[in-house]
Amino acid sequence: MAGVSVKNKSAITLKGSADIVCEYLDFGINSILFQRGIYPPEDFKPVENYGLTILMSQDSKIKEFLKVTLDQLNGWLVDRAVKKIALVISNVRTLDVMERWDFNVEYEGDTTDGAQTSEKPLKQIKNEIRDVLKQIASSVAYLPLLDCLCSFDIQIYTNDNVKLPTEWADTEPAHIKNAQCVKMRTFNTQIHKLETMVTYKNEE
Amino acid sequence: MAQFRYVSEISSLVNVDGPLTKGPVPRWQRLKGLENTSSSSSLNVSKKSRTPSKKSAADKKKTPSKTPRGKSPGRINTPGKTPCGGGGDRFIPSRSATNFDLGHFKLCHPESLSDSPTKKEMERLMCENLHGMDINKQRILAYQKKAPTAPDGFQNPMRVLYTQSKTPASVKNVQRYIPQAPDRILDAPDIIDDYYLNLIDWSGNNVLAAALGSHLYLWDAGTGKIEQLMELEGNDYICSVSWIQEGDFLAVGTMSGTTELWDCAKSKRLRVMDGHSARVGSLAWNNYVLTSGCRSGQILHHDVRQREHIVATIPGHTQEVCGLKWSTDGRYLASGGNDNVLNIWQGVSGAHHTGTTPLHVFTAHQAAVKALAWCPWQQHVLASGGGTADRHIRFWNCNTGVCVNSVDTKSQVCALLWSTNYKEIVSGHGFANNQLIIWKYPGMTKVTELTGHTARVLHLAMSPDGSTVLSAGADETLRLWKCFVKTAAKEKEPTHVRSKPSVFKQCIR
Repeated sequence: MAGVSVKNKSAITLKGSADIVCEYLDFGINSILFQRGIYPPEDFKPVENYGLTILMSQDSKIKEFLKVTLDQLNGWLVDRAVKKIALVISNVRTLDVMERWDFNVEYEGDTTDGAQTSEKPLKQIKNEIRDVLKQIASSVAYLPLLDCLCSFDIQIYTNDNVKLPTEWADTEPAHIKNAQCVKMRTFNTQIHKLETMVTYKNEE
Repeated sequence: MAQFRYVSEISSLVNVDGPLTKGPVPRWQRLKGLENTSSSSSLNVSKKSRTPSKKSAADKKKTPSKTPRGKSPGRINTPGKTPCGGGGDRFIPSRSATNFDLGHFKLCHPESLSDSPTKKEMERLMCENLHGMDINKQRILAYQKKAPTAPDGFQNPMRVLYTQSKTPASVKNVQRYIPQAPDRILDAPDIIDDYYLNLIDWSGNNVLAAALGSHLYLWDAGTGKIEQLMELEGNDYICSVSWIQEGDFLAVGTMSGTTELWDCAKSKRLRVMDGHSARVGSLAWNNYVLTSGCRSGQILHHDVRQREHIVATIPGHTQEVCGLKWSTDGRYLASGGNDNVLNIWQGVSGAHHTGTTPLHVFTAHQAAVKALAWCPWQQHVLASGGGTADRHIRFWNCNTGVCVNSVDTKSQVCALLWSTNYKEIVSGHGFANNQLIIWKYPGMTKVTELTGHTARVLHLAMSPDGSTVLSAGADETLRLWKCFVKTAAKEKEPTHVRSKPSVFKQCIR
């Protein structure tokens, strides 16, 4: 689909926009995994992007999981089937949901035009993404300590008409008791608009 | 779901037909205990004793409440027993027999708890509002090959970012309480209001020497005893006093240019040393060498042990020498004069006096330099304060000869003192507030200002334990400020005792 009706060199196609969103999610999720201390810090390596140094997991299984999930998500984003991506962090033993990072997706512009493009400069989008990632990194300042062994999962909220790929399944939404919610900045490719927010257990 | 649990709880409560177990025994039960009335209507929860149906409840059908449908049971059993006698055809409900709790529950929880179509519609609308879509039209999908969890026994490394317990000791509030009022006020009648003199000194033996006009008084701060040591004759007045670092020897500079040496333990004058042509306004001890500064600008070093006591004569200043201080290690002598010059003299190696050429000449001050103080913990750092035209406190590194810092105090600096208990310095000021200012060093942020003097603070002295600052004001008062009292934590540290034995002590006759 990419490059079908490119008006000028810098235009972002629908596919390109989906790629930007997926790349952001890859960095964002890795950053969260590191910042929240879900995996040992020695598993992470610094990678430069968006003018930031982001620690990316080097664990092959985590990388594989994220790759499969985000590749699948990419297709759904192009199809405009995704409403929300939720990164659920839960206690391994009690299976309690400790924290949930929501990435709400909104679609902008003409939703029927498959060859939609965006004129927004990539640099500006990257700056917006950088601001969100900075907020994610600084969220440790107020988020409570995850004082237990935790695992993460990614849930994708889609339309009900998507075809279930193999090895995928329906799950239950993750609710948090006594939740507190903090919204981060949004970024916008003028095709996809992504709002990031974190919901966490309020300890009182 | 919570409300379902609540419903089942309520219905099981309603169905209990045994006697009330909780709460006090109702009065009617207590009264009619003999009548074998143990079976009570469980619906009759209201414990008010004015139940008109109490008798009937006792002998009629038990537990009319078994039907949770709640036909008011009291009314079945006691149709005519309403307290209102001639009610006629009026409907008067028996309030006591009515179960309000049950009624309220029934009202609040209609039977069609979740089956009603309106409720479903409501739920759908709420869902659309909350989630922005119909919840039934979305799927939540997740990849089934989950990512691995962290290795067992792994602990969140972010733990270090969170304070686990109380705040660590290092973050403890360093603010301390400084009394804003003086601890004591002593009268100092006839104290000479002259910026160029040095009339107060506090000895290591806790004796304060204060020169008031021609009289010299000793005030024992431990016992409070005051004694007059000496009195000058005629119109002469005392221009400077200085205690030797250790011991009871006091040097007194007079208007006539002589320097007297007193043994205060015996209240006896040891010797009179001349050499100056004008009044001796400043004195400083360095072991057995007494350095005196004169109005003529001359500085003399007296070896108090020798008959020919003058070991060096230094034409240090062109005008009156008003500030004179030896550094605590005896390496440098600082002298400040009315010629706005601050000179640093290096000690002659092997002796306790200085050479005749200054090591550094600092001309940064715009007024007379009287306030001088050497830092107790950085022995090459000197603080100097200028007079009315200058108003600055300057810090000098005398090893390098560099002005480290300077601060505009907005007021004449008459005296400076370093705290030995805190990294702080206190300065005494003149117009307009006549206050003492305590500064944090090296930040030079104001810790506090101590006001109270009604005229300028002429001199400052510190008690040997470092806790109390004495300020002598031109308002003829001496005020004692307990501003450097060690906190409990500081108290635990072994108190620093000057261990170096004085050579002088053994040498003096």
